[in-house]
Amino acid sequence: MSDTHAQTVPFVRDTMLPPSDPPAREAGAIHWLRQNLFSGPVNTVLTIIGVLIVWFLVSHFWDWFAHSVWNANSLSECRQIIAETWGEGARGACWAVIRERWNQYVYGFYPPALYWRPTMAFGLLFLALAPVLFSESPGIRRIVLGLATVLTLWLMVTLNAPAAWLVFAAVMLIGGLAVSERHVSWLLIFSVLYPLMGVWFLWGGSAWGPIMVLAGPLLGWIAWLALGRVSGLLATVVALVVPLVWWYFYAGEAASDAESLVSLAIPAVASDRFGGFLLSITIGVAGIAMSLPLGIVLALARRSDMFLVKSLAVIFIEFIRGVPLIALLFVASLLLNYFLPPTVTFDIILRVIIMVTLFSAAYMAEVIRGGLAALPKGQYEAADALGLDYWKAQRLIVLPQALKISIPGIVSTFIGMFKDTTLVTFVGLYDPLKSMSDAVRASTSWKGIYWEPYIFVGFIFFLICFGMSRYSMYLERRLARGHR
Amino acid sequence: MKTSVFLGTVAAATLMAGAGMADTLADVKARGELNCGVNTGLVGFAAPDANGNWTGFDVDICKAVAAAVLGDASKVKYVPTTGQTRFTALSSGEVDLLARNSTWTFSRDTDLKLDFIGVNYYDGQGFMVRKDLGVTSAKELEGATVCIQTGTTTELNLADYFKANNMTYQPVNIDSNAEGEQQYMAGACDAYTTDASGLAATRAAFADPENHIILPEIISKEPLGPAVRHGDNNWGDIVRWTLYALIAAEEYGITSANIEELTSSSQNPEVQRLLGVTDDLGAMIGLDKEWAKRAIMASGNYGEIFAANIGEQTPIGLARGLNAQWTQGGLMYAMPFR
Amino acid sequence: MLIYDRRYRSMTFQVIVFILVMALAWWLVNNTIRNLAALGKDFNFGFLWQRAGYDIPQTPIPYTSDDTHLRAAFVGLLNTLIVSILGCIAATFVGIVAGVARLSNNWLIARLMTVYVEAFRNVPLLLWILIVFAVFTEVMPPPNAFRGDDPAASMILFDHVALTNRYTAIPTLAMTNDPGSLDLGARITFNWATIAFVVVLIAGWIARRMIRDWAQRVQDQTGGRPTTWWMSLAVMTVPSLLLILYFGLHFETPELRGFNFSGGINVQNGLVALWLALTLYTGAFIAEIVRAGILAVNRGQSEAAFALGLRPRRTMSLVILPQALRVIIPPLISQYLNLMKNSSLAIAVGYMDIKGTLGGTTLNQTGRELESIVLMMGVYLVLSLIISAGMNLFNARVKLKER
Repeated sequence: MSDTHAQTVPFVRDTMLPPSDPPAREAGAIHWLRQNLFSGPVNTVLTIIGVLIVWFLVSHFWDWFAHSVWNANSLSECRQIIAETWGEGARGACWAVIRERWNQYVYGFYPPALYWRPTMAFGLLFLALAPVLFSESPGIRRIVLGLATVLTLWLMVTLNAPAAWLVFAAVMLIGGLAVSERHVSWLLIFSVLYPLMGVWFLWGGSAWGPIMVLAGPLLGWIAWLALGRVSGLLATVVALVVPLVWWYFYAGEAASDAESLVSLAIPAVASDRFGGFLLSITIGVAGIAMSLPLGIVLALARRSDMFLVKSLAVIFIEFIRGVPLIALLFVASLLLNYFLPPTVTFDIILRVIIMVTLFSAAYMAEVIRGGLAALPKGQYEAADALGLDYWKAQRLIVLPQALKISIPGIVSTFIGMFKDTTLVTFVGLYDPLKSMSDAVRASTSWKGIYWEPYIFVGFIFFLICFGMSRYSMYLERRLARGHR
Repeated sequence: MKTSVFLGTVAAATLMAGAGMADTLADVKARGELNCGVNTGLVGFAAPDANGNWTGFDVDICKAVAAAVLGDASKVKYVPTTGQTRFTALSSGEVDLLARNSTWTFSRDTDLKLDFIGVNYYDGQGFMVRKDLGVTSAKELEGATVCIQTGTTTELNLADYFKANNMTYQPVNIDSNAEGEQQYMAGACDAYTTDASGLAATRAAFADPENHIILPEIISKEPLGPAVRHGDNNWGDIVRWTLYALIAAEEYGITSANIEELTSSSQNPEVQRLLGVTDDLGAMIGLDKEWAKRAIMASGNYGEIFAANIGEQTPIGLARGLNAQWTQGGLMYAMPFR
Repeated sequence: MLIYDRRYRSMTFQVIVFILVMALAWWLVNNTIRNLAALGKDFNFGFLWQRAGYDIPQTPIPYTSDDTHLRAAFVGLLNTLIVSILGCIAATFVGIVAGVARLSNNWLIARLMTVYVEAFRNVPLLLWILIVFAVFTEVMPPPNAFRGDDPAASMILFDHVALTNRYTAIPTLAMTNDPGSLDLGARITFNWATIAFVVVLIAGWIARRMIRDWAQRVQDQTGGRPTTWWMSLAVMTVPSLLLILYFGLHFETPELRGFNFSGGINVQNGLVALWLALTLYTGAFIAEIVRAGILAVNRGQSEAAFALGLRPRRTMSLVILPQALRVIIPPLISQYLNLMKNSSLAIAVGYMDIKGTLGGTTLNQTGRELESIVLMMGVYLVLSLIISAGMNLFNARVKLKER
């Protein structure tokens, strides 16, 4: 066949023709438009609707945004500037309020001379998070820690931080960066110490308080080491009891005694000075730091095969998830004092943190339970086959993997909780969104300003939450390799 | 009291043990600080400025009490309370004294277990409307939309008033004064009702006060006063007589400017007793001799406090009216210091 | 040794945990009793039967300030339910539209939806509620702008609906031939006409199912499916239309009288703003759930359905949707629960839900914080349990039956 073919056909092309350009309507911008916006009647209608929406938004808000005033001392001055610059009757945004009240929005009523303390605490937070969140990719870790170092130090300088603390922050941050290059996991020690450090920086007072709190688990550990040879059970019980006894009976006195010997005090700041984003971030970070361990315990309890433990965990989780956070905040503000002995009252911020912790612990437990369930069964069986007991299996095999899978869920729980910190306004705390804006509006110079504070606060929340959600999506993709 | 609770990571700064029900004076002295419950923000009565410094009519009462008890008017921790949280904050021991323009009513004094120790401002509930509405009397508000703050006595008075006059209305419940102003200015309600002092303050702050009128009807009595917990009579006495000291000081012409001079020169036996020159009244309530002098020095006498925060020279611009001294035709009447 | 026996150890552990939890509970209760005694308060719900004394702007059942706190709480509960149910329906709709539109191959629409979803997911709900409420109060005209021969504002939808900065005035349904009402006691009434409509609609729905089953039987026997759409349409609509004619149902348009509109229903802006904000906020979350659900269905499934000759519509309803629903339903349940719980933010806009009545004004006027909050949390808990039970039942039906 092929021979006949070869002889009957007079010409055979032996090279390919160069491809010709596609027709003009199938290439470039026009093609893209046809493909993406006008591929059919339905799509065309949709596109027109979309364009109308965009046009509506732009035409209604553009002039307002374009006529922004950044320098003014009161709303009336602001309106005057707008009228002078863009003519009588022009609308304009008065961002000057943000400029003038910036410190109030960020730091609340924190003493201005001490602004560097929350700033430093916030900068060190990234170092504490590094081994948890940024252990996967050295590149991102370097960028985050580098930025945190530079920005924290620069801000501390502009906020007139004392030289000694500047050196401290620089040593911590740069040292942390250096350590993280070699052994990221070493930073976990810092992560564990950070909550106490953060509390000390924010509230001030004597450093001996946090140190004595820390001494509790240390004593427990020593007891566990000492008794470990005698009896495992006894050692565990003693290791649990010792810190409690220490905290309850001795820590307070030990701290004050130590303080009178060697003073490690920095100026104390009462929690009624907290407000604005400082308050939101403090409640958010404290809530997450405490709810994570509680959530792990609850998740393990809910998956336990012990009936009683399981039912208690289920009751707790479902109860908390069944009521609105606002109800729990009212419990914190109105009822918690009923539940405590008559001689003990807590600060309202502390009560709110306790309730927020319980609230997010229930959600955290469900997230971690999801992570535990997603772990292949073989992992559990392998741990059993190795002869590990329950706690060893959880600690060495199960939890490290389950927590890693749960990171995106944990981050989104955190985003939700961070957004919910605005609800503290209903119990009289100065959250940035409502109370702080109301306080700004209550002053005579800014009376009647409405949209700008909301838009500003919303924008900051958006930046933080969007950043976190994008990072967690990135992590999810990176972590998606093993566990299919 | 011995129990020192030490919880987790929380340093002692955020945790205050104490606040027992029995002896508030001892607790305040031990703490070195007076916890005073105030409004979250009502200009003139209690509001924080940009740096968190509290000022206002109610705030000065807190300062006077702190000066009398602790000797330092700045030793006050202001606890902002909302309409909902204020009474619980007091009964749970979170605050020692509630100076948050709260109305003295029967049920609050008895059922809510509070003790109102006096009246620092005689108020009454009124209505504010736009002039162009053409309304001159609250009786013409049939069918109107009225903005009220929830959780206040004004809410109950409003319901009673309209019911008694056989009229209907649509309430708009709002949660703070700032929100109420906003709603009223936007025209979302025909009338805004709250204490007359609040209305005056709100109207004064408008860009166009001449376009708004306050209707003549005062539909309720609103005696506003500081409150303490029921059951601690000694502490109640201290706060009560601190308030009376401020009022009496105005009556006898003692001001923060001439107080030192009067201490040495006044021949009026009542003034001498009040300022601790002769009798030791302070000892009878567990304080020292000069308690009242310090209270008056903190921010001046009642008249000075009034003038500085809400008087006619301030943006709030309230006249003394019922709150003038009894000698001037008002209701302010301090019991004798004897 | 006994200590190495697993069962024994687990029993011991449970007993210890039980004792600890009981001790904690006892401690809390004991403290509460002591604190209440020290304050001279007691724990009783008697205040619920006292006169409430305050008015509520929006009442689904008759309520005046002379009614009891209990009735006020019930009004609040109904208001919570109204905004939650309306919110769930609208959020589901918005979520499905946005979720599908985000997957659209129209570049502009997909981008717009991404902006919408991200903007709402990453900003606190409270802010959206305040902003939507502010838009209503600041942008809409006051009722007296509708007055006069040449009014500054006019009613929309053929003079039936007035959007004002206080409320949205919508028409009510009125009847020329009113059959009277069924009295359930406690001044709660149901109009017989409403009952008649409900009965007719349920009957129509059952009839429609029977027609569908019959068509299925015919298809199974003969291979051809009879055309049934007109029959279904008829059983669903004709009886209702007849009822409308019989009762003489018509709209009663709101009119401006005195300060406000009357004659229609004035839906408070608090409710509208809360509903809209909850809808848009929850809708953004549902959009992500729907998107994930659709993406989770393997492409091969639709290709296989096409290969079998199914039309796109039936592919969607018979192949894709049942599988996507399996992924969508569980997170959807928690979104509904969240919406119900978030409706407690009503206090920011003065809408009197159960938090506003029982947990707000009642608590405040009576000083019964312990009782009020315990009761309120109990109500929320029961609502949550009912919603999750109902949705779990539905989930069990759509779940993939593995054999």
